[in-house]
Amino acid sequence: MYMMESIFAPWPWYVSGPLIAFTMFSLLYAGKNFGMSSNLRTLCTICGADKTSDFFRFDWKNQRWNLIVMVGAIIGGFVASRYLSDNQVPDINPKTIDMLRESGFESAVTAYVPAELFGDQAFSSPKTILILLVGGLLVGFGARYAGGCTSGHSISGLSNLQVPSLIATIGFFIGGLLMVHLLFPLIF
Amino acid sequence: MKALRYLIIGTFFGIVMYKSEAASWFRIYEMFQFQSIHMYGLMGSALAVGVLLVQFIKKKSLKDINHQPIVIASKEKSIARYLFGGIIFGLGWALAGACPGPMFVLTGAGYLPILIVILGAIAGTWIYGLLKDRLPH
Repeated sequence: MYMMESIFAPWPWYVSGPLIAFTMFSLLYAGKNFGMSSNLRTLCTICGADKTSDFFRFDWKNQRWNLIVMVGAIIGGFVASRYLSDNQVPDINPKTIDMLRESGFESAVTAYVPAELFGDQAFSSPKTILILLVGGLLVGFGARYAGGCTSGHSISGLSNLQVPSLIATIGFFIGGLLMVHLLFPLIF
Repeated sequence: MKALRYLIIGTFFGIVMYKSEAASWFRIYEMFQFQSIHMYGLMGSALAVGVLLVQFIKKKSLKDINHQPIVIASKEKSIARYLFGGIIFGLGWALAGACPGPMFVLTGAGYLPILIVILGAIAGTWIYGLLKDRLPH
């Protein structure tokens, strides 16, 4: 019984963290690697980007395994939210909640992600669409430029004690801090 | 191509991402406000175990399931691409509250507006491909 309750509750970081490392290990053992942003490049190629740049001219069939991992992640999100959770709301620091409310995020205590950005009404708000689109653009562009995202650099690269991954991870944090501390007050 | 094993690993990863709240915009915001140890603990413990596992792989010269040596690709020495690319990524990570893995997890969880983020991410990837020869690496 306690086991089921534990699974339904949010998972503690000291359980999830090792499980992420285990994910990386599983992929290494399968003869592959743990890097989710590569899928974005593969999707570009599938959409015909190889006609526009040699960056996308590679045999994407070699990356099919990673697309399957991506599909698995989608399924995982479905299973976790629908069958392993009962309206999971992150237990955010009350100070954070206050700051979010001041910025107009009322849903900080009732949702997994802000309803203001990810609720159904998002599609009819030009500002929200722009925020989501630009957020995605920055992630996609930045990940390819850096040659990886948090999975490829912050987990895989750093686990291998690679300095480039440390630089990338430091970059991730500089970017995030700039966005939250300097730009959010202008946006929200 | 042994699709099933990748599907299982991916599903496992997706579940962990959701339950750990690494896919939560609120948790990412909280992280950049330094108002919780949660995300730092998550990444730190993943790293701690990851370092040990990679050391184990190297010490034992562990072979993968196909009896091939496990090799983690080395990364080209540089600062510019990792720093600039990293900062740009970080800006987006905080704005959208999601990096690539969580984007897919949130799709499965039914938050359809994340598809706009994914569209942007694919477009951003494409734009990089077009501009890369003009960028410092």
